[in-house]
Amino acid sequence: MSMAPVQKLVVRELSCRRGGRLLFAGVSFSVAGGEMLMLRGPNGVGKTSLLRIIAGFSRPAAGEVRLQGGLADTPLAQQCHYVAHQNAIKPQLTVTENLRFWSGFMEGRVARKQLDAALAALRLGGLRHLHAGVLSAGQKRRLALARLACVRRPLWLLDEPTVGLDAESQAALCALMRDHLDAGGLIIASTHVDFGMPATRTLELRPMEAPVEETAAAAPGAPQNGAEEVA
Amino acid sequence: MRSFLAIVGRDVRLGLRAGGNIGAAVGFFLTVVVLLPIGIGPDMALLQRIAPGALWIALLLSILLSADRIYTQDFEDGSLEVLMTGPLPLELVALAKTLAHWLLAGLPLAVLAPALGFLLNLDVAVAPTLLLAMVTGSLALSLLAGMGAAITVGLRKGGLLISLLILPLYIPLLIFGVSVTTGGMGGPDITWPSYLILLAIVLLALVVSPLASAAALRAHLR
Repeated sequence: MSMAPVQKLVVRELSCRRGGRLLFAGVSFSVAGGEMLMLRGPNGVGKTSLLRIIAGFSRPAAGEVRLQGGLADTPLAQQCHYVAHQNAIKPQLTVTENLRFWSGFMEGRVARKQLDAALAALRLGGLRHLHAGVLSAGQKRRLALARLACVRRPLWLLDEPTVGLDAESQAALCALMRDHLDAGGLIIASTHVDFGMPATRTLELRPMEAPVEETAAAAPGAPQNGAEEVA
Repeated sequence: MRSFLAIVGRDVRLGLRAGGNIGAAVGFFLTVVVLLPIGIGPDMALLQRIAPGALWIALLLSILLSADRIYTQDFEDGSLEVLMTGPLPLELVALAKTLAHWLLAGLPLAVLAPALGFLLNLDVAVAPTLLLAMVTGSLALSLLAGMGAAITVGLRKGGLLISLLILPLYIPLLIFGVSVTTGGMGGPDITWPSYLILLAIVLLALVVSPLASAAALRAHLR
């Protein structure tokens, strides 16, 4: 799938119910091309559920998710990368085979150059012939993240992407994310790490008693874009 | 299409690497076929008469035994979610995965069955028709097993539930599968009518199973 420029992801009045309990209600925000949104909040507040709703795996109790721009006739799920807590890696396959499968499945073809570049970007080049089962937790995480670099898609949904990563790998991930944003991509990540991306906004999810609010921009010198359009 | 083949290729490779899937099914099949004549005794005529039915039952149970592996691993390691973000509808993903299961378990066993049938004094004359019926019928067995596996994917010990859900659906396959080879005995020759009904069941399963599996998987991931 090619990378059609996405102007904006708009989420309006989203509510989510899990197991009969209202997790969050009335969540609205929008993320424009080149922007990153950080989801924060205590455990169990619904960060993963929010990402899953955006990806289209679960249906919200109310509200809607809309993509402006991008490929109009393609579902949102096919324009996004979803990296969950689980890495979607097969231990019996080698590092290259794992990545080649995902790239072949998602794009219908395998571009060798892109595969090598993705492995290099996440410092997996030296491990490429190893079976994924013998990798460490951090290395497995890097292999899961290599999907992002291998197959180009405009929207990245990352659920705690830095879990298990050492400092160097976090820097590699940051570089990858910066490139993605520079190319006009969108990132929504639930994380407790500050990546220092230029255009970052934060959505603070609170347990249901308190209302949900959005605070603006973290990084110094960042444009305060978009934060005011949502209450 | 490339995406479809990518799934089939990966699952077949996984099955061969892990060894478990095909090994367990073949092992079980072999056990039944070897033990049966010992249990029944050396009555050659009786063995010859029950051979096709015994082979069908062994095939059916072996496929059920390996059914719960179709989706379990993908569900647990998060692959299923990523598969949902692919360009392929989930129905075709389900079809690709069941096809891989058939290539790993159903097809090898169906090909092996007439050969092993000689342990049961299988009539040489019916071996080719048995082969044809089993290759065709095992496809429906895998498709229905895939449906059961999709419905029970998130459950602990889903294997037992698969058997309960799917066994009733296997009965028509068993009846017509066996009557392809034994229909001629002392009555009108119903080989071809039986085979055509078997084929119809396969075609029905080919349509229903991917749709039902995809619906079940979506419900589990919600």
